[in-house]
Amino acid sequence: MAISNKPIVWGPFAAGGTLTAFLTPALILLTLLAALGHAPDLLAYERLHALSGHWLAKLAVAGVVFLSLWSAAHRLRITCYDLGVRADTVVATIVYAGALGGTGVTVLYLARI
Amino acid sequence: MAEEVTRKPYERVMTMRWILRHPRYLRYMVREFSCLFIGGWTLLMVWGLTQLAEGPAAWAAFLECLKSPASIAFHVLALGFAAYHSVTWFNLTPKALPLQLGEHFVPDGVIAGAHFGAWAALSLAILSLAGAF
Repeated sequence: MAISNKPIVWGPFAAGGTLTAFLTPALILLTLLAALGHAPDLLAYERLHALSGHWLAKLAVAGVVFLSLWSAAHRLRITCYDLGVRADTVVATIVYAGALGGTGVTVLYLARI
Repeated sequence: MAEEVTRKPYERVMTMRWILRHPRYLRYMVREFSCLFIGGWTLLMVWGLTQLAEGPAAWAAFLECLKSPASIAFHVLALGFAAYHSVTWFNLTPKALPLQLGEHFVPDGVIAGAHFGAWAALSLAILSLAGAF
């Protein structure tokens, strides 16, 4: 059987696509409300800091960030190809590294909360 | 001396013009461009997390940054693109998750409808738990 790394990049893309489809619009609405000056109670420092201190919340945040960034990165890679950029290896390296970098920063700062 | 190589493989030039050839292509690209907004907003939240870890003053400054006109415009666009991603994603679920009960397949509308219902319930739960209303 031919060896392919497609399932490894595609699995998190599909999982992230499903997760962002369910969660992201509602979450963006929360920060949009904050941007309009009606920040929901959850975004108050004490409450959000206390919530982020729980290990389960940290795990959830890290997971959501990784899957969201990965699925966006994968889609961006395909879009670059669609727009005529044929240097797929370069594009793939940049976008996946970006997704992993963002996840790394998230884990690092979650550990400091 | 080797003969001069005259072979010139045909390389098809790709431009972006194909996007405008059919509304379907344009809708496809709009869907694909949602990744810039979902990814961008997620990175904004990663930055917010670093500010939350820095302390109350940094968090307050972050919330203040969100109130800039550019941020509001970005949020409105991001909300539109994210919702479009959700709609297109759930509309595809009957193709991705066909469900057979006995002799018959569950109708497409039921599978997609169940996803839309779950999306609405989950969104309401998030907004309500976060104290948005």
